[in-house]
Amino acid sequence: MKKKEVPQDKSNLESANFRELCYAVDENGEYTTENSTGWEPKTVALNNAIDDINERIDEAKARVMKGETSPIEYYMELHKMDVGILASYVGFWQWKVKRHFKPSTFKKLNSKTLNKYAEVFEISVEELQNISK
Amino acid sequence: MEINFTHHQSAHCENGVVSNLMKHNGFSVSEPMVFGIGSGLLFCYIPLLKVNHAPVITYRAMPGHIFKKFAKRTGVKMKREKFSNPKDAKTRLDENLEKNNPVGLQVGIYNLVYFPDEYRFHFNAHNMVVYGKQDNRYLISDPVMENVTSLSEKELEKVRFAKGAFAPKGHMYYPISFPEKLELEKAIVKGIKDTCKAMLAPVSFVGVKGIHKIAGLIRKWPKKKGIKTANHYLGQVVRMQEEIGTGGGGFRYIYAAFLQESGKLLGNEKLIELSKEMTEIGDLWRDFALEASRIYKNRSAQTDSYNKVADQLDHIADLEKVFFKKLKKAI
Repeated sequence: MKKKEVPQDKSNLESANFRELCYAVDENGEYTTENSTGWEPKTVALNNAIDDINERIDEAKARVMKGETSPIEYYMELHKMDVGILASYVGFWQWKVKRHFKPSTFKKLNSKTLNKYAEVFEISVEELQNISK
Repeated sequence: MEINFTHHQSAHCENGVVSNLMKHNGFSVSEPMVFGIGSGLLFCYIPLLKVNHAPVITYRAMPGHIFKKFAKRTGVKMKREKFSNPKDAKTRLDENLEKNNPVGLQVGIYNLVYFPDEYRFHFNAHNMVVYGKQDNRYLISDPVMENVTSLSEKELEKVRFAKGAFAPKGHMYYPISFPEKLELEKAIVKGIKDTCKAMLAPVSFVGVKGIHKIAGLIRKWPKKKGIKTANHYLGQVVRMQEEIGTGGGGFRYIYAAFLQESGKLLGNEKLIELSKEMTEIGDLWRDFALEASRIYKNRSAQTDSYNKVADQLDHIADLEKVFFKKLKKAI
């Protein structure tokens, strides 16, 4: 890549006011660095990934409303986590977290367990129990 | 207190922290030099693992490996500490800052507040330098950022004790002793040989063979997984190749810069020629990313277009096979 070809496309980096560093060659073939504001192919990939996450969040929410899963799964998606990551944050085995997805099990959880989840998601227990708020 | 530390932006965090800490201690070592000596370049498909609900490919060595190999090959001694208790982690950090010693930290990105939201995901192998503390805020030199920044005590504790794969556990490191004179020549040769070995490894998911493997998978994705998932996977491949930290072209440009610098240092013309070749291969990786983005941008694509990008990868793999064989002979 030539220095003057380093892409300067619009990207999500703008919001944080920084440009990433790329390596490229100058007119004499010498390696140098150049800042880049972004490159469209990867911005599209990132935006698609974000759309994908939002879709997962919406789906989880709908399933909570239908009583098919507990709000824990919704908050897990909201925090871009999967079961493995959530399990390591709350300190439970994965199978235990999955069991807490069952609405009937979730209703019976004691306040200590609920607090653990609420703390990880940085919300109150009330918000954990009722996602419509 | 604030340590007199100069922040240099780098493409990748791990190289950047090493390079910046070396410079702080009076040794001028560039980012590409750290990357090359530490055998950072790689291609590896990690079977069975999924991140962001997609297969994982890495274009670089495992987190921490560049660092370890660089230190070993140059004779720099590093002190590393991990903690089970956040309080101890904070105390040790403060002690070092009191002693005017800037330290490297491994942190998780998800709670890194100065990163744009879109880039914050659960990745725990990010690196930064802490170079002081003022009004209860830690002064941070994050190598991928253009400028220095700061974090509150609580914010720093959170990222140091992020959970999940590669959990940092407060991991802190800093150089404690240096060789009298930094001799890069031997270290460069070792670094290059190691990279050639990995890229030509007779393992189906590593190096050149790994690139062919992914090409084969891409051909199958649309039929096996459906267009939507295939596009999601393809987008992830491009992200891992081009996202912040790679310097472009899946680290190929940084590696080309390393070969050019090494060629001059060793007086080896062949390395300078090979640097040019690596740049051209890097351009082909960029072409692949561009072509792949056309597929996932439209969200509807024919099997033909997947085959086309897979062909591009097969071609790159063939070129890299020849390239690393030549590189092995050149030193």
